[in-house]
Formats: sequence, structure tokens, C-alpha cells
Amino acid sequence: MNLARATGVILAKELRTEFRSRELLGTTVVFVLIVIVLFSFTFNPTSSESRRFGPGLLWLAFLFAGSLMLQSSFLREQTNDTLAALRLAPIEPFSILAGKMAANFLFLLLVELILLPVFAVLYNVAVLPVLGPLLLVFALGTVGLAATGTVFSAVAAQARLRELLLPLLLLPVLAPVLVASTEATIGILRDPSELSSVWLTFLACFDVVFLTAAWMVGEYLLEE
Amino acid sequence: MRWSAVARSNCCAISSRAEPSLVSAPLASLPNGDTGAPNGLSIQFSEVEKRYGMRLALRGVTLAIAAGECVALVGHNGSGKTTLLKIAAQLTRPSRGNIAFYAGQNPISLEEVKSRVGMVGHHTLLYEELTAEENLIFFGKLFGLRNPADKARRALQPVGLAGRATDLVRTFSRGMRQRLSIARALLGSPGLLLLDEAGTGLDPEGQQWLGAATKRLRDSGCTILMSTHGRNETQGAVTRAIRLDVGKITHDSGAGGDPNEVLVMAAVRDTGEEGAS
Amino acid sequence: MASEAQPGTASRAAISAPMVLVVFLLLAAASYGALIWAPTENTMGLVQRIFYFHVSCAWTGFVSFLLVFIGSVAYLRTRALKWDWLGVASAEVGVAFFTIVLVTGPIWAKPVWGIWWTWDARLTSSFLLWVLFVSYLILRTLVEEPERRAMVSAVFGIFAALDIPLVYFSIWWFRTQHPQPVIGDGGSLDPRMGWVLLLCWAAMLGVMSVLIRLRYRLEALRSEVDAYRIETARSGR
Repeated sequence: MNLARATGVILAKELRTEFRSRELLGTTVVFVLIVIVLFSFTFNPTSSESRRFGPGLLWLAFLFAGSLMLQSSFLREQTNDTLAALRLAPIEPFSILAGKMAANFLFLLLVELILLPVFAVLYNVAVLPVLGPLLLVFALGTVGLAATGTVFSAVAAQARLRELLLPLLLLPVLAPVLVASTEATIGILRDPSELSSVWLTFLACFDVVFLTAAWMVGEYLLEE
Repeated sequence: MRWSAVARSNCCAISSRAEPSLVSAPLASLPNGDTGAPNGLSIQFSEVEKRYGMRLALRGVTLAIAAGECVALVGHNGSGKTTLLKIAAQLTRPSRGNIAFYAGQNPISLEEVKSRVGMVGHHTLLYEELTAEENLIFFGKLFGLRNPADKARRALQPVGLAGRATDLVRTFSRGMRQRLSIARALLGSPGLLLLDEAGTGLDPEGQQWLGAATKRLRDSGCTILMSTHGRNETQGAVTRAIRLDVGKITHDSGAGGDPNEVLVMAAVRDTGEEGAS
Repeated sequence: MASEAQPGTASRAAISAPMVLVVFLLLAAASYGALIWAPTENTMGLVQRIFYFHVSCAWTGFVSFLLVFIGSVAYLRTRALKWDWLGVASAEVGVAFFTIVLVTGPIWAKPVWGIWWTWDARLTSSFLLWVLFVSYLILRTLVEEPERRAMVSAVFGIFAALDIPLVYFSIWWFRTQHPQPVIGDGGSLDPRMGWVLLLCWAAMLGVMSVLIRLRYRLEALRSEVDAYRIETARSGR
């Protein structure tokens, strides 16, 4: 079965499983909400201050939430050893990773979209006029987060202390994404709004590098 | 209607539903099914060794299994039965040695073999949050089956789960999960069936069904490799018995021999060990 | 196929006396050059001499992490455990060198600028690199089985190494957008300073090689012991 089809089938299964219970989605949204609210206590959320500090805090919140949420990606497959069931199938091992990466990307993007209006309201930031560029940055940053996070979820699933391990592995590697996404977002929210081609290209590069790396070495993680 | 069935199963406790009785319906037909022509795969293990860290699970196992044989692997826990099955399923690669598959005289590539192998493992390999039907359709698609929805529905019949097709696996009892797991293994009409203590969790009726099903599969040419404790209903279908101990083959009744000698030996040894400990 | 250590592997990685002597001499020469021979810098004075060690340790750390990358890729391609030994040895030595970088940075900064730490591009990137490879080492302690540990370390090692240029670029570009005083610059560079720096780097590379070899040998010895145990298990019982 070819890679694209197998990835699609697995993606559909991931979506169906998650939307049936919606527990992971719900919990993650609430977690980011808590982080946003707590951050608001650390500075005075006037309009100009928010535009300076807000994006960084927002992206930090996304990274933290992501590193918690991505754990279940491969932990789920340890119940009833369904990972073995996937590996029994005549599919390329990478399609398992790819399907999960795609699913995680969609989940994380959904969380971000739900929280964007909340952020805008709580921190007095006008996002509607610049929604397009914002979504572009969100998408590029989230691809990096989902791709790396899914691979590291597979890594952590084989180790002890996996709840602590995933953030430990993921956050340092994603530091460039944090810098780039934050700077790009700050630029977009500035008055007048500017879209930094440097940061966008950088994010795209990051995504390409790590997607390629995941494609080349990711499947080794699934072996026994 | 499907939605309400799912909602219902979320509320009902497992015990409130009676176990459906098994219907002895014919199994989904295998390719070249009832003509009797063997379509089973044959396997060649050559000096296979498997090491997990310090522990040697299998040491230098050389074994040839012909198409259509129904081989019982017996031995204590830890003797290497599960490891051998996992290697046959390609879930793990041998540390040394290799494995090759043949259809008739022709060798088959390892990738192609996967679509012709069905396995029932120690775990159920099922998704709790999906319904029985969804599980089968999902795996059917991954195995590249045409018309997976139809095949899924037909696969639920022989295991008596047709009435629970739209219920979440989470609500199933141990026995029902095992039956679904078996249905999943048979979904693609495999030429090689690997059973790792497939009778676990089945009630006596289920065990009987499994014994009859194994016999029928063997008769239609499927190669079966199963690990058992030597004392159950599937004994009738067995054509060859192999005993493993600490990763080595100690007894092999051979292709034409009488498997019962080895099976009986295993049973006595096991009882002896249990009595002593 | 996963390979096991053959008896005698470790002895081939032994340190020879001439090698140690050469490295010792290099270090001595470098220290003399840095502390005495090189001209005193105009603006910063004596403290500036730490720059030779600060920078050469950073460059050496990079080389170590490059070796981690090489070891990781080689392991995944050959499944020979010796590449994993190279990986862990290089990672540990790299972390040690970057620790020196992170310690000498503030020692240099305090007398010159009055503050212990500035989030300048190079120091920040060094810090992040240090954290990255400490994570690599922590990951290793959490996986017990040698082949599995080698596998996951190799995958993470590759990701971490690929991240290095991305970290440096992102932080550098961030700093050009938000400039602030940089620790490394601000002094004049006499050509003699350049020579001393290169000499220091050569000495540090020598130290790195010896340390990696020692650590590699330790892993090889451990693996040899395991190989004997497996051999016993295979033939006996």
C-alpha cells in the first residue's frame, strides 16, 4: 500500500479516535488558557506591552502544551500493543509516523485557533486585520512542532520517565522555532504590520530539515 | 443510528449484555479456498538467534515449515515461542541468522509476505476507542483489502460479533476481544496464520470453535504456526509439534510424525514443574 | 544485524604514551603563548587572555558535536555499536568543553562589562547547545538495553546536531534585530593573537582526542564484558 494512502488511513483513524472522546483536545485548550492567564499576572497587559510580550508568551504556551499533548501520540499505541498491529501491516513504517504527524499538526493548529481569539481579547490585541499572515506563521511553526514532537514521542515511549523526557528533549530543539515564530508574530502585530520574509523562510527551512530527518531516520524508532 | 449505538455502548456496563453464542457459520473463504490446493506459505528459519540485551531468547534455531502444516510450539514461558512467532511476523529481526518465505517453490519478498500473514498476539492489538467494525475496516484498509467494509462485516459473523459491530471495543469482555482479535487475523485470508496462545480468554465454547476453525483453515491449505501449552481444543488440528526449551528446539515430531508424543511430553513436563514449584 | 564487541576491541583504543606527551606539550605551549607570549590587549587588559581558551573550547566543542552526528549516522547505517560509543564519548566531552565556555564567559564579562551574563548571540547559543547535549546524555540514562539506547540516541543525536546551525542562525538574526554589547568583540586583534588562538585550538583538539579515546575505551570495555557474558549464555546452561 503506498505511503500517501497508508498515511491517510492512519490520519483518519487518529482523527476519529480523538474526536470521539475529545479529552486530549479539551485538556490542552484548558492548559494553554491557564498558562495565558497566569502569564497575564506577570506584566501589565496594556496594548503596547501586550504586543511586545504577548506573542512570546503565546508561543511558549503552545510549546509547553504541545510537549505535553504530543506524549500520548505513541503512548496510546502501547495500550493493547496496537503499534505491533500497525507494524504487522504491509505499509511503510514511515507512514505510521507521517499519519501521526499530520494528526498532531491538525490538533495543535486547532488548539491554537481556538486560543487566538481568547488571547486577542485578554491582551487587547487586534488580530482580525492580520489574520492571514498570523495563520501562516502559526502553520509553519506548528509543522515544526508537530514533526519534531511526534518523532520525540516515539523516542520517549521507549524510555523511562517519559512524561518529563519529552519536554526535556523537545523544548531545546524547538528553541529556533520559538525565536522565529515569536519575532514573526511581533512583526505582524506591530503597527504598521510587517511580515518578515527572513523569519518565514527560516521556519520553512526548519520544517524541511526536520521533516527530511524524520523521513530518513524516524522509522528506526518503530523497530523492536 | 450508528451514533446512537455508540452512545448506548458508552453507557451500558459490560455485564449487562449477555455473551452472544457462537454461530458455526463458514469462515470467510480463502483464495483457492475449498479446492484443497495449498495456498499456504512455507517458512525457512536458518540459524536464527534473538538477543534482548543480555538475554538470549532464541539460539541457533533452524527450522523448515512446509505449506499447509499446522505446527504447535510448546514449552514453558520464556522458552522462545513468542519470539519465534514475532520473527515469523517480522515484528522483530533476528540478531543472527535469517528467515525466508516461499509460496510453492518461489521465494516471496519480505514486504509482500506481510500482506499474507495474520497474527493473534499476547495483546489484543485492538483500538479501544473504535468500534469492532471500525477496527476491522481500519486494518482491512491497511492490508490493502478491496471493499474493507464488506469484508469486515462478514468477518464478524463467524466469531459471533455481528450483533456488536457498532459497539466500542472498550465495552467488550476479555473473551469478545479475543474473538475480535482472531477475526482480525483472518481478515485478509492469510496464507500463514500465527497464533500466540490464541485460546486465552475464550470460554469453552470459544475454545471449541477455535479448534474447529483451525482444522478448517488447515484443510484449506493455510500454514499455521501456533504456540500453546499443549492441552487444549486446537490439538486436533495439529500435524506437527515442536518443543522449545531456553531458546532451542528439543523435540520435533517432524513433517510426517505423530505430534501427540511431543504434546503429551510437554503436558507432563508442565504439570511436573507446576507440582514441584 | 546488531554486532557485538569482539574480544580485544578495547585494547585497540588504548592511549599511548607518545600521544599523551604530544598533547601535554601542546597544552604547555598554548598556555605559555596565551598567558605570556601574546601581547596584552589594549582595552581589556590581562583578563582578555581568557579569550584564547574561551574561543578554542567553543570550537572544540563544535568538533565534538560533529563527531556525535557522525557517530549517530554511522550507527544507523551499520548497526555497529562502536559508533554509539563514539557518540556518547563525543557528547560527554563536548558538554565538558561547553561547560568551560559557559564558565569562562562570565569570568571574562564581569571585570570588563560589570555584568556576569549578557544574552549575546554566541553565549546564548552556547548555552542552548549545552542544554541540548545534556538532554542527549539524560536520554541515554533512561534507556537500559544497549541496542535500543544506541538507536534512540542516534536519532536524537542527529536531530540535535541538525539543530545547531538553526540555533545559531536564529539567535544571531534575533540579535542583529535587537543589538546589544557583544562579549567577543571590542578588542584589537594583533596577528600574534591569531597564532596563539590557533595554537590553543590545536591543544584543545588534542585534549579532546585523548578524552574521547579514553571514554570510548571505557564503553568498549563494558561491551566486551557484555560480549563474554553473552557468549557464556550462548554456549552454557
